[in-house]
Amino acid sequence: MVENRFWLNLISHGVLALGVLLVAFPIWIAFVASTYPAQALVTGTVPLWPGDQLLENFGRVLGTGSDSSVGVSVALMLFNSLVMALGIALGKIAISVLAAYAIVFFRFPLRMFCFWLIFMTLMLPVEVRIIPTFQVVADLGMLNSYTGLTLPLIASATATFLLRQFFMTVPPELAEAARVDGAGPIRFLIDILLPLSRTNLAALFVIMFIYGWNQYLWPLLITTSEDYYTVVMGIQRMLAVGDGEVAWNEVMPTTLLALLPPVGVVLMMQRLFVKGLIETEK
Amino acid sequence: MPRLVRGAGHFVMSNISSERVPAFDSHWLPWLLVLPQLLITLVFFIWPAAQAVWQSFLMEDAFGLSTEFVGLENYQLLFTDPGYYKTLWTTVIFSAGVTALSMGLSLTLAVMADQVVRGAQVYKTLLIWPYAVAPAIAGVLWLFMFHPTVGVLAYLLDQLGYEWNHFLNGDQAMLLVIIASAWKQISYNFLFFLAGLQAIPRSLHEAAAIDGAGPLRRFITITFPLLSPTTFFLLVINVVYAFFETFGVIHAVTQGGPGDATRTLVYNVYDDGFVGLDLGGSAAQSVVLMLLVGALTVVQFRYVERRVQY
Amino acid sequence: MARKMVRSSLGVALASVMAFNAQAATQIEWWHAMGGTLGEKINEIAAGFNASQDDYEVKPVFKGNYTETMTAAVAAFRAKQQPHIVQVFEVGTASMMAAEGAVYPTWKLMEDAGEAFDPDNYLSAITGYYTSDDGKMLSMPFNSSTPVLYYNADALEKAGAEPPKTWEDMGQVGQKLLDAGYKCGFTTGWQSWVQLENFSARQDIPFASNNNGFSGLDTVLEFNSDKHVQHIAQLADWQKSGIFGYGGRRSDSLPKFYSGECAMYMGSSASYSGVKSSVQDFEFGVAQLPYWQSMIDSPKNTIIGGATLWTLQGHDSEDYKGVAQFFTYLSSPEVQADWHQFTGYLPITHAAAELTREQGFYAANPGTDVAITQMTSGEPTANSKGLRLGNFVQIRDVINEELEKVWAGDASAKDALDEAVERGNDLLRKFERANR
Repeated sequence: MVENRFWLNLISHGVLALGVLLVAFPIWIAFVASTYPAQALVTGTVPLWPGDQLLENFGRVLGTGSDSSVGVSVALMLFNSLVMALGIALGKIAISVLAAYAIVFFRFPLRMFCFWLIFMTLMLPVEVRIIPTFQVVADLGMLNSYTGLTLPLIASATATFLLRQFFMTVPPELAEAARVDGAGPIRFLIDILLPLSRTNLAALFVIMFIYGWNQYLWPLLITTSEDYYTVVMGIQRMLAVGDGEVAWNEVMPTTLLALLPPVGVVLMMQRLFVKGLIETEK
Repeated sequence: MPRLVRGAGHFVMSNISSERVPAFDSHWLPWLLVLPQLLITLVFFIWPAAQAVWQSFLMEDAFGLSTEFVGLENYQLLFTDPGYYKTLWTTVIFSAGVTALSMGLSLTLAVMADQVVRGAQVYKTLLIWPYAVAPAIAGVLWLFMFHPTVGVLAYLLDQLGYEWNHFLNGDQAMLLVIIASAWKQISYNFLFFLAGLQAIPRSLHEAAAIDGAGPLRRFITITFPLLSPTTFFLLVINVVYAFFETFGVIHAVTQGGPGDATRTLVYNVYDDGFVGLDLGGSAAQSVVLMLLVGALTVVQFRYVERRVQY
Repeated sequence: MARKMVRSSLGVALASVMAFNAQAATQIEWWHAMGGTLGEKINEIAAGFNASQDDYEVKPVFKGNYTETMTAAVAAFRAKQQPHIVQVFEVGTASMMAAEGAVYPTWKLMEDAGEAFDPDNYLSAITGYYTSDDGKMLSMPFNSSTPVLYYNADALEKAGAEPPKTWEDMGQVGQKLLDAGYKCGFTTGWQSWVQLENFSARQDIPFASNNNGFSGLDTVLEFNSDKHVQHIAQLADWQKSGIFGYGGRRSDSLPKFYSGECAMYMGSSASYSGVKSSVQDFEFGVAQLPYWQSMIDSPKNTIIGGATLWTLQGHDSEDYKGVAQFFTYLSSPEVQADWHQFTGYLPITHAAAELTREQGFYAANPGTDVAITQMTSGEPTANSKGLRLGNFVQIRDVINEELEKVWAGDASAKDALDEAVERGNDLLRKFERANR
């Protein structure tokens, strides 16, 4: 090498460390904010170093039940978010695997029509069709239910497409061989195709879990019973205090708690997620 | 062959036309397999979307008590409203800002991570997690830091003699929503850039180094061109992200203000429909957005698939 | 077809559930927009009512901020899933009034249910906002507030100034504060409500034609008159010199006051409890909203903000008896006095105000009676009765946008107000068409 590796390395580490700091800084501030009493956070500049109210604030957020400002405990909201995120992730993967399998490995009348019908759902985010969708869900009697929280959000084709892309890279000979060996289509799907799609399914799971966990407007509109409030929506509720004061010392601990599960999922499944994400999308 | 799939959902670029020989024969099984997805799509997507289209031809009071069919008038009102073009322009600026900032930072970090001999994996872990943060929460966090009165960064800027008040200054508000939106997207871009960089053969670098090319020159002449498919892919992803998925950030941080400085297309749809209860006007905007995304998709199929080769 | 089947089977299921619950209390849903400690207080009120009788159970549901609550109720009504009672902010009044088939007017509700009800018990300055042209009360007043001036007593003393009574004083007091080393004289919350709507009422000039929209849908906005322009232009000058410091929409500017940066804050009287708990390092006081001596000799009353409770159609008449009973409970002097003292919202009845005075609350908490004195100082005029404008939520947004351009120095007061009036009128015409 011609140039000085040492300096290059040093600069690289320096820049990366700065990047890590930049990325982590907001979380540090959130952590600091959750260690102070409420007044300290509206009367002057938020400090950079933690105070002494950490346990009190987290205790209050986790401890309170129906008398909290949102009307429901944070623990229950976390649970609801978990149900919603898992429901969306697993539900979406389930229907997508089946649909993609049918479209790639079978030929049947109206195959392309089905394909385009599903494809169309990619074109409109939930925010802009939310009121008519609400009406449908209300007509079906699904307000205030986990079904209502999850099912309408499964109606998106991202996962189907991702899987379709992957299935098309599977050599047709593999299916041929399976057929010669006497394995039916269902056996082939379960024994061969799904294990092959492991990394893709993992990446999908992470993407969809986060998508489900982070939903805000949808749960806001269709839940009228506190029993179904989710945590991201709960945080927005804590901010909507009208003429009162925002209790930042409760918002911030709740924010941190709301971050833990999705970040945990990303970090735990990091290897599979990164591999699956990059492989399928490249 | 580039195929893009957005995480949260509504964008794909893929090789639609390719056919393969089906492996199995059955008359009923494939139908059974696509049925769940078809049903859900019809009930929760096609039907409401059709209603939105129908709604865009109506003028209605909020409660739906009096309805008047007005044909294309909602569209006419929309396209004669100078505010709508302003919103479009704001969206373009915002998207350009988010894309440039986020991709610039990610590329820098990825190049550095590709350089270092040790620790790349650790950095990857430390940089990946903002991907999991909800846009609304990202907005709240950045708002909290830049709050003109209590925010720690606003305070630091003030100490440096720069007055920060994004409640008043539209440019600062725009900058703030750009930063908050870009922050969330860094991890995603970083992962793809790093993978792209690691796919470039070392021998190319070494050969150039022997020829006497410095690190910067090598980056410009070798790395960047070879990275162009990834860059292009991310460009599209980031623009789509900025267009459609930053609603939560804007809602939490500025609500379109001050003035109309940060009012983007999707925020406008929300504000007119959800806040203003002008369902017809809002539905017309939704339809315009639908067409826009449709057009974008077609352009990608036709253009991107042919030009960018892996 | 499938939908019908689902619906009817659902109906059967619901009917059986209801038959099963026939013995239990009838549930009454109340959607509200009160988060934080206010929400806890609401739960307390509902619990109080539920404990007072066995036939009905009021169930409060927090549905987010005012806008989200109203939209949720509208969406629910369109899907026939509406609550019995919904809390709607004052700017939504015209939309609710126009929705005749959706709303169950309070006077009729009380009459049908046979509840004793006398509108004269309520403060006319409040009910005026929610009364039809023929004097019938359409919704139940609940949380009403009016803008007042909060001041940092220590800062004023240090600057050698008294709390300003007039806008003329305000200029001098602000200058003294700047001279004494303060960064900012005063800031304001809710700029449209305080600096334009209440400015019009206090100075007795129209905000819009048709008696501020009370007597017709073909209203046009009139807040670009010379007086309005003069006021906004003055504020813009002060924004440059630092006497005025803009701090954001809604009550986002309150931290400027808490931190001592701005010595005065104009905002809702209902912020009292928040101010009291957040201000730590100085003594604060409350004064009436200033007026321009050059424009009026004795200022009119200010107008209200906040929200009222609307009853929605579509439930059993038995349910509505419960709603009526609940409204009676809600208006009782004890409940109202407690709510008023706890929150800083105005007492809605004369009896509640009287009770509060008897209990010695005003004496013990100086400043808490400023709002009610200011509201009831005289008979409301056509200009100070209130506002009834369609699409008012968006009109306020337009006003926010245009005023922010003025504060930022991007537009003159005249141009911005003209523009706001023009854009606002478009919204009014749209509303007129949809509600013909």
